[in-house]
Amino acid sequence: MAVPRIHFSESLKALNQEILKMGTLVEEAIGKSISCLIDQDIELAKKIVDDDEAINQKEIDIEDRCTILIATEQPVASDLRHIITALKIVTQLERMGDHAVHIAKAAIRLSEEVYMKPLIDIPKMSEIVIKMIHDVLTAFINSDADLAIETAKMDASLDKLHHDVMTEIWGYLKADSRYVKQSTSFLFISRFLERLGDHVTNISEWIVYSNTGRHVELNRIGYYSEESDAEGNDSHS
Amino acid sequence: MDYKLQVQDLNVFYGAMHALKSISLNIESKRVTALIGPSGCGKSTFLRALNRMNDIIEGVVTTGTILYDGKNVYNGYDEIELRRRVGMVFQKPNPFPMTVYDNVAYGPRIHGVKRRREIDEIVERSLRAAALWDEIKDRLNKPALGISGGQQQRLCIARVLAVEPDVVLMDEPTSALDPISTARIEDLIYEMKNRYTIVIVTHNMQQAGRISDHTAFFLDGVVEETGSTQQIFFKPTNPRTEAYISGKFG
Ligand SMILES: Nc1ncnc2c1ncn2[C@@H]1O[C@H](COP(=O)(O)OP(=O)(O)O)[C@@H](O)[C@H]1O
Ligand SMILES: [Mg+2]
Repeated sequence: MAVPRIHFSESLKALNQEILKMGTLVEEAIGKSISCLIDQDIELAKKIVDDDEAINQKEIDIEDRCTILIATEQPVASDLRHIITALKIVTQLERMGDHAVHIAKAAIRLSEEVYMKPLIDIPKMSEIVIKMIHDVLTAFINSDADLAIETAKMDASLDKLHHDVMTEIWGYLKADSRYVKQSTSFLFISRFLERLGDHVTNISEWIVYSNTGRHVELNRIGYYSEESDAEGNDSHS
Repeated sequence: MDYKLQVQDLNVFYGAMHALKSISLNIESKRVTALIGPSGCGKSTFLRALNRMNDIIEGVVTTGTILYDGKNVYNGYDEIELRRRVGMVFQKPNPFPMTVYDNVAYGPRIHGVKRRREIDEIVERSLRAAALWDEIKDRLNKPALGISGGQQQRLCIARVLAVEPDVVLMDEPTSALDPISTARIEDLIYEMKNRYTIVIVTHNMQQAGRISDHTAFFLDGVVEETGSTQQIFFKPTNPRTEAYISGKFG
């Protein structure tokens, strides 16, 4: 079947590309924020803070693009759901960029400190987050609800690592009060990484909505055991 | 649910041409049902089947049943009475070459209303119901062909309403009208649905979305999908419906 509305489908492709670009900026910002934390690199940290402006601007540009598409193309059904999803995704990505900034600022505060221990779990968490962002963007571009659901499942390992970091830091706090400043910073950083996983999960939920028209909760406890009921009949339609 | 019309296994042939293929579709009372689909898929044929207007066309064969208030219109139903109750508005406004007043009075007179006072009342009531009275009350004795296209279409609606139908069929009633006249007709349809069952054919997807409660998608003489208009425009189940309403074919 020949597909008319070439201009509209080109515009949708361009919209996807913009979201991919924004997502890549966020992914890089998070990766760099953890690098500068590890390397205690103030210059890189400051650059992350400055570069966040570009992410904020991308959000506005993409929102405007979506508004114009709705106004001029009157999308319906899956096209409409895709555009609504795009709007929701950029809100999440923008907040994720802010978390990279928070981590970078913590790195600046910690740049003169001798760390109480080598960083192990925090880099692990950032690797998971980056993989999740990468996969969720792929799921969005390919309209792949299954991949979105799989991606959201990775959030559980972030929650576990965050829990481990907290337990460990509480141990340090009890043992030695000199590390209060570091400990609270690392707690926050771990918490930011854990929140990043929640944002990716939200994006996954919107991708499922885009594909199926249904609102799902992917981070609710017990969801995975109900999975066969919850998605069974619609996610492939 | 309260169905005004129940169509069961309807087939219509123009000679050897099988235009409607085993259509089953229920039309809910006092709701607007939109029929959508590419040209030539059988929407007008379906509309004309509902009040047996196809019977007038040479060589048409119709099979199946259409229950109107539970009675089969293809089984001994009085056609004239059926067409009074199930009125029709066409794509191009087609007022008779007579005055505005006489256009509206035409139907009631044919159906035996004689007293001038009564006819006056019917004319005013129908023109009001068609949202035309205020614009036209000083021009009732002017030729109907002299008023604007949008006014002519509302006059045609008034003409249908004058004989007190309870179903109004509309075949692309706004496709010859400008946006303002179209909006007036849409407002009118919205008001009319308190009292009438409306079936409308439209090629304007946004219009179907705006004014209808139910939508049926026709393709090649078959109903591909039917459902609430919200469902059809949000998440159709049939990929062909999706492609059509998204403007990707047709
Ligand atoms: N009077 C007629 N004689 C022969 N074929 C007709 C006649 N009216 C319609 N058709 C054919 O029947 C099919 C359905 O037509 P129609 O109901 O007018 O479709 P639509 O209203 O969806 O455009 C078309 O293929 C059309 O050519
Ligand atoms: Mg037609």
